[in-house]
Amino acid sequence: MSKVLTIEEIVGSLESGMTIGIGGWGSRRKPMALVRAICRSPLTDLTVVTYGGPDVGLLCAAGKVRRLVTAFVTMDSIPLEPHFRQARQTGAIELTEYDEGMFMFGLYAAAHRLPFLPTPVGLGSDVMKINPGLKTVRSPYEDGTELVAVPALTMDAALVHMNRADARGNAQYLGPDPYMDDLFAKAADRTYVSCERLVDTADLAKEGPPQSMLISRAHVAGVVETPNGAHFTDCAPDHGRDEAFQKLYAKSAADPEQWAAFRDRFLSGDEAAYQDAVRVWREEK
Amino acid sequence: MDTTIAEATRAEVCAVACAELFRGDGEIVAAAVAGFVPMLGSRLARSTFEPGLLTTDGGPSLTAEPVPLGAAADVVEGWLPFRDHLWLVLNGRRHVIMGPSQIDRYGNTNISCIGDWARPSRQLLGVRGGPGNTLLNPTSYWVPKHSTRVFTEKVDMVSGVGTDRGAHELRAVVTNLAVLDFDTPDRRMRLRSVHPGVAVDDVVAATGFELVIPAEVPRTRLPDAEELRIMREVLDPKGLREREVPSEARS
Repeated sequence: MSKVLTIEEIVGSLESGMTIGIGGWGSRRKPMALVRAICRSPLTDLTVVTYGGPDVGLLCAAGKVRRLVTAFVTMDSIPLEPHFRQARQTGAIELTEYDEGMFMFGLYAAAHRLPFLPTPVGLGSDVMKINPGLKTVRSPYEDGTELVAVPALTMDAALVHMNRADARGNAQYLGPDPYMDDLFAKAADRTYVSCERLVDTADLAKEGPPQSMLISRAHVAGVVETPNGAHFTDCAPDHGRDEAFQKLYAKSAADPEQWAAFRDRFLSGDEAAYQDAVRVWREEK
Repeated sequence: MDTTIAEATRAEVCAVACAELFRGDGEIVAAAVAGFVPMLGSRLARSTFEPGLLTTDGGPSLTAEPVPLGAAADVVEGWLPFRDHLWLVLNGRRHVIMGPSQIDRYGNTNISCIGDWARPSRQLLGVRGGPGNTLLNPTSYWVPKHSTRVFTEKVDMVSGVGTDRGAHELRAVVTNLAVLDFDTPDRRMRLRSVHPGVAVDDVVAATGFELVIPAEVPRTRLPDAEELRIMREVLDPKGLREREVPSEARS
């Protein structure tokens, strides 16, 4: 019954060319340990579907992204993501851009096996122009309203980071916002959950109320415990965003030499090496 | 002359202008996402003439009372995580203040990228919620630095729709210099008022397209003593508003 895997097993099950969904929102509760593992894997040519944060930046910097599907990329307290900007400005990635509500409708459609969901959002804006594949539908009722048919954002695999999970793959968030993580889990052919702490099933109810158990094992293919695995993004209430580290990341990303130094120091080893390097960096401060 | 009022900073004048955007809105969510000044404005409106407004702590908590900038909610009256916020856009009980990187005479706005979308010279945020906000909700804008770089003849990527593209209601644009609206027969941008110490010509020079200028351009309303007290002592004691709109050096 156990679905516990290692980071390497999860990333090893992914293939180049896949469409990968990533949960969280901006620089919040991103499955960064899994993202870092993809960066050091041989995977290439990925289509990444996400409300983007530094997950997008790291994957772009590692040359893993062919196409990005998103409504924004931001690090919240630092509005713009330097690696994403560079990837766009050098033409290194393709982009499918949606309004953030349209994007959510695409997730809901995929999560419920609908080909699309209708919304007026997008009409009049250049989203329709830069996304020429978008079609409109007309309400079959008396109102006859014209609506955008947002296509289902289906994906081969999704990665989400949660506060708690059990070995069966039931997963729980304890922060103030579920983001869209359960929708990602339902939208993907298979979903992998990383978590701050793996607990016994009986203990989930001690950690939070029933409605905090966001993701059912029915939608989870594998689970891995990665303490501080969302670092440096926010993972309330376990830890906030590491603002100092995020600043270091953004500053380093803006300059090739500094980025090389950052990469050597923090990203050249496995996840344990990363966490050690962060610990040492913090002690030096 | 009331000396207290004379001492209001430009940032405080801007915050009151932002508060005025919400006058008459009643029990709707004030989504002032564009910066400190509009966030302060929404909470000031709620603290004074628009007590029915719903405001957040910047996160998903709807707060029972307007909270100081940067503070967490003391008492929470509701929960508005991102997924529900995005549904609320369709529901409509919401008035949003966004920050445009570019805006044209009809209020079309761009926050996505500068230059050709296929290969931008400067990638910005992406369209975020711009298309939905402007199509479905009353929308206002906050521009902390009024310039010809922001007020442009044409925007490179229409992320928020203007009055000529089906905007629900573009209420006004508050900047560090002036308040502008679309109250003209062809829904073009008009100068509604200039802030104290700003000349109409200053606004014209900082705007990259032709504004509608009425014969008489009034002065933006000044904060009253109570509004100044609430901003300074209650809602923004750390003075975050002054960081967003620095006061000119005083002689």
